[in-house]
Amino acid sequence: MSDPAARGYAHPEVLVSTDWVAEHQDDPSVRIVESNEDPLVYPSGHLAGAVEIDWALDLNDSLRRDYLDRAGFAKLMRRHGIGNDTTVVFYGDKNNWWACYAFWIFQLFGHTRAKVMDGGSVKWGQEGRALVREVPSWPPSAYVAPERDDSRIRAFRDAVLAHVAAGRPLVDVRSAEEFSGERLHMPAYPNEGALRGGHIPGARSVPWARAIVPETGEFRSAGELAQIYFEEQRLPRQEEIVAYCRIGERSSHTWFVLTYLLGHPRVRNYDGSWTEWGNLVGAPIER
Amino acid sequence: MPPEIAALPELGDLVSTLSGMDRAARIESLIALAEGYREVPGRLARRPFPEANRVPACESQAYVFAEARPDGRLDFYFAVENPQGISAKALAAILGRTLSGAPLEAITRLPLEVVEWLFGRELSLGKSMGLTGMLLAVQREARTQQTRTETVPA
Repeated sequence: MSDPAARGYAHPEVLVSTDWVAEHQDDPSVRIVESNEDPLVYPSGHLAGAVEIDWALDLNDSLRRDYLDRAGFAKLMRRHGIGNDTTVVFYGDKNNWWACYAFWIFQLFGHTRAKVMDGGSVKWGQEGRALVREVPSWPPSAYVAPERDDSRIRAFRDAVLAHVAAGRPLVDVRSAEEFSGERLHMPAYPNEGALRGGHIPGARSVPWARAIVPETGEFRSAGELAQIYFEEQRLPRQEEIVAYCRIGERSSHTWFVLTYLLGHPRVRNYDGSWTEWGNLVGAPIER
Repeated sequence: MPPEIAALPELGDLVSTLSGMDRAARIESLIALAEGYREVPGRLARRPFPEANRVPACESQAYVFAEARPDGRLDFYFAVENPQGISAKALAAILGRTLSGAPLEAITRLPLEVVEWLFGRELSLGKSMGLTGMLLAVQREARTQQTRTETVPA
């Protein structure tokens, strides 16, 4: 595909090409961060200089269901030598699904010097670019983190209930089987499932990966994305949209697409998602 | 270790070894196992691999194949199409090595939790579903073979 900057995105500056990353691998003002679903991927080979941020171990609170707090984020940044003025470039497996999740959490702490490498690990591998197994060690930084701001891009249960009651738009980015209620969870992992199947009333079904060109892992052009979200699914271009999936990871990918690639001004990610809604007593459900 | 795995000593030993490791050592061991992954031989299957052999719910596009031995037991082979499917390749290598030639009854009775015992609890639901799907596909092959051998006339 073309250079990300030529695809008509509202905020093309948040996407960088593999060429750009290759040229900045030794740039001390840039930190490359790999975030994956498969914990074996980073240790088996990653971009030289890239550090790993694990969605479960690094970004989630180990006790409560929540993300890390101000102190935890500062500690994470300092450990990886990320300063307040460092540009962080995320990439990973699964078409940057987990990279976008990490990106979203970084935005809860206002780290706006953040980008995503278009195509992620798939494209880097297809281009035959080098991978290494050495884990880099960057000098610790003196990162100063603000309090996490959940008010802007994160949605909680009560707000979603009010959103539904007002008939406002939602986008469900899970698979068709999850949307219909056919699939709840695997028997061996009931703690990641829900007691009820279906979707939040009024939600449009747009599985997250529709935003990706499957052959290259790159994001579709702005025109193609607008066709999917605004024309085919008739999601509004201005009114607030809530995106959700199972725990908020896939929907952070769609949040990224709507917010930065299509320039939607008000998208919030409901990370409680179906594991909360499908277990919530009395919550309305559609099938 | 539950009794269901006692009938599969090589797998039991591997589970014991991996579950005694810290996360980093376990990951390194699983990567080493993944490097032992070999794709299904061409005499059994070629691309495009049949949909009938595809593992449902596995996003690494894994396929499972079985070949009967003269004694009725099975050899298991795999194909993993996703080059980043390192965990799927590791599990393919483990199941191919430890379940090939094993008693069919023991394979069908293997608890699905074996995936968690091998990989730990940090896997996402999606990854767990895919890997568990590989084990279920192997068990399906074993069950089919059991039925087949039971119905062969004496």
